[in-house]
Amino acid sequence: MAELSNAPAPSPETLVDIYRRMIRIERNDDAIRKTIRLGRLTMPYYSARGQEVIPSTVSAFLNNDDTICTIYRGIHDMVAKDMPLRPLWAEIAGRVDGTCKGKGGPMHLTHPETGVMVTTGIVGSSMPIANGLAWAALLDGSKRVTVAYFGDGASNIGAFHESLNLASVWKLPVIFVCQNNGFAEHTRYENGTGVDFISKRAAGYGMPGYTVDGNDPWAMYAAVHEAVARARDGEGPTLLECKTFRFMGHVFGDDDKYMTKEEKAEAIAKDPLPAFRARLIAEGHATEEQLAKMQADIEAEVEDAQEFGLASEFPSVDELRRDVFAEEIPA
Amino acid sequence: MSGKKMNALQAVNAALAKAMEQDPKVIVFGEDVADREGGGVTGATAGLSTRFGDDRVKSTPISEQAIIGAAIGAALGGYKPVAEIMLMNFTTVAMDMIFNHAAKLRFMSGGQSQVPITIRTLTGAGWQTAGQHADHLEGWFAHTAGIKVVAPSNPAEYYGLLLSCIQDPDPCIFIESAGTLFIPGEVPDDQAPIPLGKARVVQEGTDVTIVSWSSQLVRCQQALPALAEAGISVELVDLRTVSPWDKEAVLASAAKTGRVLIAHEAVRSFGPGAEIAATVNEELYGKLKAPVRRLGAPYSPVPFSKPLEDAYIVSPERVAEAVKGLMA
Repeated sequence: MAELSNAPAPSPETLVDIYRRMIRIERNDDAIRKTIRLGRLTMPYYSARGQEVIPSTVSAFLNNDDTICTIYRGIHDMVAKDMPLRPLWAEIAGRVDGTCKGKGGPMHLTHPETGVMVTTGIVGSSMPIANGLAWAALLDGSKRVTVAYFGDGASNIGAFHESLNLASVWKLPVIFVCQNNGFAEHTRYENGTGVDFISKRAAGYGMPGYTVDGNDPWAMYAAVHEAVARARDGEGPTLLECKTFRFMGHVFGDDDKYMTKEEKAEAIAKDPLPAFRARLIAEGHATEEQLAKMQADIEAEVEDAQEFGLASEFPSVDELRRDVFAEEIPA
Repeated sequence: MSGKKMNALQAVNAALAKAMEQDPKVIVFGEDVADREGGGVTGATAGLSTRFGDDRVKSTPISEQAIIGAAIGAALGGYKPVAEIMLMNFTTVAMDMIFNHAAKLRFMSGGQSQVPITIRTLTGAGWQTAGQHADHLEGWFAHTAGIKVVAPSNPAEYYGLLLSCIQDPDPCIFIESAGTLFIPGEVPDDQAPIPLGKARVVQEGTDVTIVSWSSQLVRCQQALPALAEAGISVELVDLRTVSPWDKEAVLASAAKTGRVLIAHEAVRSFGPGAEIAATVNEELYGKLKAPVRRLGAPYSPVPFSKPLEDAYIVSPERVAEAVKGLMA
């Protein structure tokens, strides 16, 4: 694990902000799973329960115009980037008020106003496109950065290698954030990846790579601080391997046969969310009342978004002819 | 009206320069395209990096996925990227980026994302480059909703269609085909962008309509004198844009002549000719004087050996023969 001791300590406000993003992810995830179970939503769902710290800490460093490219398992990345929940819910329900008018769905949300530029359903494909967004920022002469989120499995696909190399050669302001939850779909890390740490692969492309405890907000804070500063200062890309665990398996309904009950129970016992909450209070960064109020507000937001999304209309079939090209296809 | 005589590659170069001059958001990149690397393997981008700077004209590693991914991302960031994929067979390495992303992001984002990229790519049989450097894959791309497929056949078209591709708000594949590259032609100084999706009637006629594009169009033109000599009045339609194709122009010509031949360099089986033939049959059933015919490459990879390669390409003689067959 990386020791990035020269990074400044996060302020109490930042810590609370990271927690706010985490609890927003968790409450929203909980509501989505409940709604699917009740049969009110029909969708493929990939819960990221357990991985909240990673995008929440990353997003604490991002401005609204900094962009992210994420993957079909990445609803937590979008919620962390403060995507509004009403259009999110309408989209996952396939409704016209969705971020994408219901034409992308839960694996493909896009919301440029909050910098969520691409959500790909193809493993590894967030990275080549993130490079282009980062290049545009360079050409604009701006300090914008782009984050490419992906999983440990994606580090074995060609797009990862091509993208890291190009980003290095062109010194692009991009941060490659690998959320290593130990499983590529159902395949255990060591059965599919020929190196003990994905961060070591950075050396092959001439960029810094760090392995970080992705469930520890302080460790994440130090690593993201370093990577974002590098990108904004024109020094190029960084690879962050953030170790974590997914509590709900690969896809909703997964029976987790490929992992042991013990390892899952052990990971859940170390759930970063209550642990972080307890430490925020214990160290005096926040009060019990403050966090309870925050949670209640977020629950109200989620409930409102759920009602809004499920009440929204389905799109007209004319939408099949729209947005194929800029110009509508004649009927 | 004055103009310049040039070949297709010079026309590409001139169009890129014009587009970059007019719009600072136009950027050009691909393997070896900058002057440090020789200005492109065909010289199509020669001089551009010197003139417009290394930021806007960049050579890339040999990484086709990364090239198209960078094009898509830069487009989402407000630029108009012109990415070169050296040879059309190499687009296969980037198919995820082209097919799953460039073509679909507008639709899948509900119209929020625009991907105005142009992918220039070289191909075509005739140079003995064999099965992995010469395929005409327009049918692949035409089968993907969300991509425009453009296939010019002469320098003025290269110039005018490339300008349109670059300005177009959607992704375009621009095919530069071996059989068209070195035939000089006049490009008017004020050559305007040529609208996408619009065919051109190369020669008017009343007996038979030939629909073709790219290198095969050139070989169809070469068949015209023999057909004129045989007393057959041929209407030759240069489709120019394979997708979306100009149905109106093709159907108007087919309705006039009642006989249609579609000729392309792409493999005949499941090729674009089948789509056009089926549409002509659906729209003009009962009005045709002969069944629609198709010519294309055999169901075979492009071969190396010269006699095999010659047989692979649909010659002007075979075009003439097919037209005569339609008249029989």
